[in-house]
Amino acid sequence: MRALLRRLGVYLLAAWVAITVSFLLPRAVPGNPVAGAIARAQSSGICNSFCVKAIEEQLGFNVHTSLWVQYVQYLGNLVHGNLGFSWSENAQVTSLIVSYLPWTLGLLGVATIMSFVVGTLIGVVMAWRRGSWLDWLMPAATFFQAIPYFFLALVLVLIFGETGSLLKWFPSLYGFDIYGVDPGMNLPYIASILGHAVLPALTVILASMGGFILSMRNQMVTTMDEDFVLVARAKGLRTGKVVWYAARNALLPCVSNFSVAISIVVAGQILVEIVFNYPGIGYHLYGALGALDYTLVQGIFVVITLVVLAANLLADVVYVLIDPRARQEA
Amino acid sequence: MALNTTILSEPNPPAGAAAGTPRALRLPRSPKVIAGLVILVVFAVVAVIGAWIAPYSPNLTNESWVQHVLVAGTGPGTHIKADYYPLPLPPSGAHWLGTTVFAQDVWSQLLVSTQATVAVGLLAAAISTALSIIVGVTAGYLGGGADEGLSLVGNVFLAIPGLPLLIVLADYVPAAGTSIFLVSLIIAITAWAYSSRVLRAQTLSLRNRDFVEAARVSGEGRVRIIIVEILPNLIPIVAASFLFTTLYAIGAYVAISFLGLAGSPTSSPPGLWNWGYMLRETFANDAVRGGWWWWWAPPGLCIALLGTGLALLNFGIDEFVNPRLRVAGLSRKAARRLGISRRPKLGLTPVVRRNVINVTSAESRTP
Amino acid sequence: MSLPGASAMTSPGSLAAPGAAPDRGVDPVLEIRGLCVDYGFGDDAAHAVADCDLTLGRGRVLGLAGESGSGKSTLAMAAIRLLRSPGVITGGEVLFHPRPASDGEPATTLDLLAAGEQELRAIRWSEIAIVLQSALNALNPVSTIGAQFDELLATHRPGLGRASRRDRAGDLLELVGMTPDRLRSYPHEMSGGMRQRAMIAMALALDPQVMILDEPTTALDVVTQREILEELMGLRDRLGFAALFITHDLSLLVEFADDIAVMYAGRLMERAPAASLFRSPRLPYTYGLLHCFPPMHGERHRMDGIPGSPPDLRDLPPGCAFHPRCQWAIPRCRQDVPKLEPLTGSHREVACWLHRDNATAPPELMRPDPAVAQPRTAAVSDTSAERAV
Repeated sequence: MRALLRRLGVYLLAAWVAITVSFLLPRAVPGNPVAGAIARAQSSGICNSFCVKAIEEQLGFNVHTSLWVQYVQYLGNLVHGNLGFSWSENAQVTSLIVSYLPWTLGLLGVATIMSFVVGTLIGVVMAWRRGSWLDWLMPAATFFQAIPYFFLALVLVLIFGETGSLLKWFPSLYGFDIYGVDPGMNLPYIASILGHAVLPALTVILASMGGFILSMRNQMVTTMDEDFVLVARAKGLRTGKVVWYAARNALLPCVSNFSVAISIVVAGQILVEIVFNYPGIGYHLYGALGALDYTLVQGIFVVITLVVLAANLLADVVYVLIDPRARQEA
Repeated sequence: MALNTTILSEPNPPAGAAAGTPRALRLPRSPKVIAGLVILVVFAVVAVIGAWIAPYSPNLTNESWVQHVLVAGTGPGTHIKADYYPLPLPPSGAHWLGTTVFAQDVWSQLLVSTQATVAVGLLAAAISTALSIIVGVTAGYLGGGADEGLSLVGNVFLAIPGLPLLIVLADYVPAAGTSIFLVSLIIAITAWAYSSRVLRAQTLSLRNRDFVEAARVSGEGRVRIIIVEILPNLIPIVAASFLFTTLYAIGAYVAISFLGLAGSPTSSPPGLWNWGYMLRETFANDAVRGGWWWWWAPPGLCIALLGTGLALLNFGIDEFVNPRLRVAGLSRKAARRLGISRRPKLGLTPVVRRNVINVTSAESRTP
Repeated sequence: MSLPGASAMTSPGSLAAPGAAPDRGVDPVLEIRGLCVDYGFGDDAAHAVADCDLTLGRGRVLGLAGESGSGKSTLAMAAIRLLRSPGVITGGEVLFHPRPASDGEPATTLDLLAAGEQELRAIRWSEIAIVLQSALNALNPVSTIGAQFDELLATHRPGLGRASRRDRAGDLLELVGMTPDRLRSYPHEMSGGMRQRAMIAMALALDPQVMILDEPTTALDVVTQREILEELMGLRDRLGFAALFITHDLSLLVEFADDIAVMYAGRLMERAPAASLFRSPRLPYTYGLLHCFPPMHGERHRMDGIPGSPPDLRDLPPGCAFHPRCQWAIPRCRQDVPKLEPLTGSHREVACWLHRDNATAPPELMRPDPAVAQPRTAAVSDTSAERAV
């Protein structure tokens, strides 16, 4: 458990740093952009004086208490799940994020797991069949991992999307058919959600898989040169078993690198959601940026960071489960 | 944009390190490396001379560069004054990549945009690499409490997702997006931690090698040992992390430009033309739905192509650091002639009886 | 790299059927004939093993010695088709003679170099097992010792149930002086000596005919090394497997091997019963090797070592590959490649011009051979040596 607790400590520290950054930035930046945002909020009429006060408190504008008092208050609010008030959406940031989060987590979870599993399998086969036609997947995977996620999204919309100009197979806007179905536990709604998830998920899968493929392939090639794989051959074990020996060990570094991969996938997905108007956290971040809604931007940043940290911790737990050496240290 | 983490996660000591003789980074002359180098050189040249050879200014608009289409229900025969909307022109001799809906020349925009994109990529990678060397090598060499502290900082930075942090930073510092240096600095701050971790691990393993030990015993100073004995052996890893960070930085710059956080060329202070901003304009004006592929496809393909070039070069370094990744030196044709697979099966050493080598034994052995 | 007439001694006539020479005390279990191995292909290929003949007698221990890079491991791994890419076998044959069936009917000889994947899989580990230098690398780091025994037995002994497999694994561990509760351990939880014992137990699991020991104790400290080797040789006496023992440490072979073959630059250079080779080396290279290590007992030698370093296999010197480092080299050594040929009146062979025709060997290479005075039966189990007697 020691190693895991250590990692947990690092993540708690990272969370604290992220929260503190989001506290300090609006207060420390010269030529405060927040003033303009608040003035605009006030003049737009959506925000009454109560709302303005909430925003000012959250962003530290026009507040005459010391920074330290503000900080303690900020942390206290956070602990109570209070991330402030969004004037562009006219609602509590927390409740907004709670409504966005399932979309993002669903898409991210399904797409990342599928991409990791399929990419890793392809990497294993590529390494085992090195020298065969599969080598041509290398440049392809390299190219795919270099394409920005949102550009790939545009290409997929063009080819498969209803708003594209070619096949028009899948819906390419919104999280479900907002005109045709009623949200709730009904079949058309669920079918609509699944249909609308196809292209965003495909984008995230295709864009992230190249990295998983190359990473596993290289690890696998390296591992196949290890003595224990040769000994597995010498033992006369079945080929499938020999491949498993190598793959099982090659997987370890790939899982421990998952933390780097996940924050890149999250970054990519933010942009993918924007392209598809997919109602997750990334799409609303875009909206909040456009509306200069600093409280919402701040809240989304904190929550995304927490999500990524949780994913990291999950990867660490998996690692400890699959590597007996880590288990012993743990 | 994902990254190829293998090279960095696999800090195999360079073979020369054992003997204490730093080797120059000699890349294998494989088609992959050559293709990568060609791509990078082309983009580097365009980055330098792009603005100069661009036929027009990227901001120049010319009414005749769009097709004016009459809005239905206006103009002659109706009571409403004629109203037109612009349609961009497809590629032609006058405009190699057609025009935008704003009546601008796409080819010129693409050429000019190369400069800022490449510059931010390289500058951010340089800053990030410098940071990672300072932190990683120091931590690895000093060990103890300094190592604990620096590694902790690195791990914290590694855990915080880069792009969201970048977005928040750029959001509060709007001027940052319009300065190549500031935007590179911000990107570098979110990028250095990974390379630093790899360099630390490698330094740690170098620290106890004989030649470093020898230098220490002979009374050389810490700084001198790090610069003379350790750094040369880290060159392949530094090079790999530089390429990787360049790829990351370009992706990050393009992303924040796409989000509108790096300013626009018409705003004040003016933002820089870059591929991300071009994509932002195409997206904002529904270029995909409009079928104006010549407008939205080129900047995306350029990013992908440049990224591929960097990754291909990375393969070369990868194979230099970890020779196991190299494919045995047998061409497809030669393998077919010998009747064996190019990559022999593990645990089934191929038997190729060759008379050239074995004339006598073959003769004496055939009953 | 052609070597005219080098293999004339092992002409087809000598391709004896198994058990054909029991009257001479030789019952080969593994015969390597004219084995050639290259690293890489085409013009820049390195000829790592050139035209080597080696016979391992049933139940005997054959030592294979040489500096690192001399091709000894390459030879052994290529013989059982386990050499990694870019290794390629370019000629020869490796005959495995299974033990005769219970009714006395001789079993069919298998040429490993002509065998397919299935045939190889069938004899791997059940007939030929290997023990490599580092058990930490040779054991799968993510499975317990027990799981590794289990999958091995499940593959080769499909009839055994789970419980009997576990019992068998426990017995095997006890055989090498470990307790069965170690089956639950992971490789990283054990000491180096313990791991190597577990590896040896695993190698014994299917009662193989041949064990290939590739520097099995080099990674261990001297005390553990001796303990394990003594135990291994005790097991050899009880179980009767033959061993090809590869090491750069000649002094170990002198103690634990019946016969010793010395390799240099991919060629076999000297072959003799262990005592003969130790007391009276005939090859300058062997002489040099013996003087690398201080003798434990016996007369004191001057510690000469061997000046220079092993040659680049891609660019071998003409003539005898050892001549640039040989203090007794004569002009002929620079021109012609010496063949491994029997020495008159002994059980041994040497590839050295100093012992040929009219050349006079220095006194250091002419010490009296104990085996000649008191001939050992079934010394070097090699067909050509046999005929020379």
